Amino acid sequence: MANPNKKKIVLPVAPDTKAHAPVKHLYSKKVKLPYGVPGHGLTEMEREVSIDEPPALPINDELNVIGKRTRRVDAIYKVTGAAKYSADIQLPGMLYGKFLRSPHPHARIKSLDVSAARRYPGVHAVHVLSMEPGGSVERESGHDAPAETYNIDQLPLLRYVGQPIAAVAAESQYIANEAAKLIKVEYETKPFVLELDKARRKGAPIVFEKMVKDEGNEGDVGVEAAEEQEGNLRGPSTGSFLGGPRGDVEKGFAEADFVVEGEFRTQVQTHCALETHGVVADWKPDMLTVYASTQNTAGVRDDLSELFDLPKSKVRVITEYMGGGFGAKFGAGHFGVMATELSRKTGRPVKLMLDREEEHLSAGNRPNSHQMLKIGVKNDGKLTAIDLTSYGTAGVGLGAGVGRVAQDLYECPNFRQAQYDVFTHAGPGAAFRAPGNVQGIFSLEQLIDQAAERLGMDPVKYRDIIDKHEVRKLQRAKGAEVFGWKYKKPGSDPGPIKRGFGMAQGHWTRFINLNSSATVRINKDGSVEVMSSVQDIGTGTKTILAQVVAEELGLMAEDITVKIGDTIYPDGPGSGGSVTAGSITPAVRNAAYKAKMELLGQVAGAWDVAIDSLEVKNGEVYSKTDSSKKLSFGEATKKMRTNQILATASRPDDYGGFEIGNGIGYGRLGSVQFAEVLVDTETGFIKVERVVAAHSCGRPLNPMQVESQINGGVIMGIGYALYEDRILDLNTGHMVNANLDQYKLPYSREIPKIEPVIIEHYGAFSSTDASGIGEPANVPTAGAIANAVYNAIGVRLYELPMSPQKVLAALGVS
Amino acid sequence: MKNDSKEKSPEKKKQGVSRRSFLRGAGVTTAGTVALASGMLSFTAAEPAPAKTAVLGPGETEVKFSVNGRPRTLWIEPRTTLADALREHLNLTGTKVVCDRGSCSACTVWLDGKPVNSCMTLAVDVEGREVTTVEGLAKDGELHPVQEAFIEHDATMCGFCTPGMVMSCAGLLERNANPSLADVKTATSGNLCRCGTYPKVFEATLAAAKKMNK
Repeated sequence: MANPNKKKIVLPVAPDTKAHAPVKHLYSKKVKLPYGVPGHGLTEMEREVSIDEPPALPINDELNVIGKRTRRVDAIYKVTGAAKYSADIQLPGMLYGKFLRSPHPHARIKSLDVSAARRYPGVHAVHVLSMEPGGSVERESGHDAPAETYNIDQLPLLRYVGQPIAAVAAESQYIANEAAKLIKVEYETKPFVLELDKARRKGAPIVFEKMVKDEGNEGDVGVEAAEEQEGNLRGPSTGSFLGGPRGDVEKGFAEADFVVEGEFRTQVQTHCALETHGVVADWKPDMLTVYASTQNTAGVRDDLSELFDLPKSKVRVITEYMGGGFGAKFGAGHFGVMATELSRKTGRPVKLMLDREEEHLSAGNRPNSHQMLKIGVKNDGKLTAIDLTSYGTAGVGLGAGVGRVAQDLYECPNFRQAQYDVFTHAGPGAAFRAPGNVQGIFSLEQLIDQAAERLGMDPVKYRDIIDKHEVRKLQRAKGAEVFGWKYKKPGSDPGPIKRGFGMAQGHWTRFINLNSSATVRINKDGSVEVMSSVQDIGTGTKTILAQVVAEELGLMAEDITVKIGDTIYPDGPGSGGSVTAGSITPAVRNAAYKAKMELLGQVAGAWDVAIDSLEVKNGEVYSKTDSSKKLSFGEATKKMRTNQILATASRPDDYGGFEIGNGIGYGRLGSVQFAEVLVDTETGFIKVERVVAAHSCGRPLNPMQVESQINGGVIMGIGYALYEDRILDLNTGHMVNANLDQYKLPYSREIPKIEPVIIEHYGAFSSTDASGIGEPANVPTAGAIANAVYNAIGVRLYELPMSPQKVLAALGVS
Repeated sequence: MKNDSKEKSPEKKKQGVSRRSFLRGAGVTTAGTVALASGMLSFTAAEPAPAKTAVLGPGETEVKFSVNGRPRTLWIEPRTTLADALREHLNLTGTKVVCDRGSCSACTVWLDGKPVNSCMTLAVDVEGREVTTVEGLAKDGELHPVQEAFIEHDATMCGFCTPGMVMSCAGLLERNANPSLADVKTATSGNLCRCGTYPKVFEATLAAAKKMNK
């Protein structure tokens, strides 16, 4: 039996980074594809691809639908309230679930009595979890199987406030909430540890006595799982899928003309998706149907199939609309398992949506970090050595690393890292929008700025020397131009309110998930559908799929009906790691191309003309040689011999293969952001006035949606830089701000002017050549703001969030 | 909040123990209530209970109000919030519950034309009044200009905050035909969006105002 909270297809990295042979094609062809950036020496790249691949797509300028600002196909349902999210689902006879959760950060359950809850009027079932959901599980715990009945000796140890213990299903949410409180539990409390530094010390209360399984490694993707575990310390991880240590760091420092170093701390950030985690589970003898607020319908199906020993064909997961995830919504989760158990017990559908407090406590967070970073620099600017040691806590989970930016953003022959996970008695971390890299950039980019200052160089120009990434170079140039970048002497403003300018950059690996398939259906009445289990988590997936099909069939996006977020359709990728656009759109285009060729073949037969004389464009099917042969798309489909044409395709390997394994593409998605801030040196308040964010995501499919994603990444980065902070009460282990007002987030008044700059970049990687933008947009923001704050006040801040107290403390005002 | 108690005729069922543990007599207000992290609610009793009202509950009670121009009669427990009445009893799920304590405005509806947080409003307190939800904003099949502009300017992402945003922004334009950017920020200052649609929400609302004034 599997742990439902293990890392779930977030990225196709961990298991399959071994070199693998490229797929062989019986028939292949050579295709010339656009390569580079239009206006900046765009060329062509010839690739050998399968004969089934569609012709090369020209650059966006030459297209009708792709690359155009296109309205979201589902926006109308969102603005009218018609869109039904999992939280909105009501089924006949549906019951409501409510968890009882641990009030203690570390305790053993001495006794448990559910009888009063079970007898409470309106209650239909109570279920006790005999597994350890959320976070890590000891390798030989025997606690990872859900049981019909529970044995008190087998109940898991409670390791954080909010750990689920049991749940009830009742006729209303009110009744469920009341009944959950009637479950009587006797606890034997134990000593606990919440703080990163204390948990590392000898003699600290131990969170896991035994080695934990690696599956809770959610927070940071791709960092090599460490085998060592001593006390609460797990690690070190010395490499990632990009490789291990390089060169000789000591030698590198000896060669350096000077060294920049610093100790940095980042806080725990919670995801705060507006729709909480949760499901409606409907167990029927012939089919388990689950409406889930998830980033991965196929992953939830796989989990439930495994956990409940059902064939995948008997589990259906539906996510029609989804209220945000940001990395935390993968897998069935403890709520999914519980709702399914309760539905099985009662024979009725059970809705189990977390409340806002449970969401903060038990549904994931970005782990904190304590980073010691040291960089050796030559007087010509070149980096000679990078040495990183980091500690972070994902509570009872793993994955508190600080990413791959120190390893991979700049060229440096000598690199060494030791990234440690530290267990504490707090809720488990989860992947969170560019896990690791966001934390790592805060320290790396501040030190790079320090090196530039030491060298007396402009930070932008300095990065031109040490950064070999061609696209990022363009991003720097264009971003600086839009921003009106001019280096200003740190702390040089007179008066108490000081203005500062700063920049930072980042990157994200270009991940591809090959489990990406789609079907395109052309109906005889001219209507067209595209179908896949891939879900739209708010990024605009529905719309880009419609655009891709429309472009291929000569239609408009609104002509395409998009049916996604349902596992009755071909598997799509989970939406995490910015994989979605780059993984699913080539499959969709290839399916649309196949369907188109079938349609043209049938029309050509009816007209008795050669198939290659036909074209589909602007809503018409016509002969290029005979102007009498022309029909509207809807008329042409009437010539179909059968009611439907169906075509399915899956994501092939990247053209030219992968850099690593079968999912890590060549090229990194770079990003450069510029920030302008005002710092009030009397109150300590920082206000972000303006951000220019220069990004690339391969071929931008819908620039309007790309802008929205960039805005979102920047705003989330502002929250991380200035406001957000999970505060635990050190006496009780309770989160004191498990809500949306004391957990401070950016609201309308905190929003600066944001100017997205999109660099259209062709890499000749696939039939759409698109990549994701969600994560890259979030990576550099906190670093750019930190550099701007330094530029304003002339004093560096080494700790997030940069709250007024920390600003005043840094300025020596108390 | 029983699933099968939709909008049907009064059938006074004693619902076991049904404590009024929620939003007692708080009236239509978003002010003065602070919830503790433990999930318990404490109140600075801002308003005394209406003097003439008889004691209600703990069982279901009748309440009549108008929703999107249509008179409705509900039998609900007195502790039922307006948000829950709309969502659970009338299946008007456009109104979202996100924080359930008046700090995110996802549940914004209009009460007699004025935006309020429906999670902080008891359904029994809207007796005889007019409620407008996001489902009732379009008139005769015509979208409100704010709804149109939200589509045009990509002011929706995941869409979960959208109904509240739309109601706040449309509410602003109903009372101020020529808002500034600062006015739009003030009108949406209680609306949380985690996806980060704010810049496009501002843009859309200002564009809608311009269009309405043409």
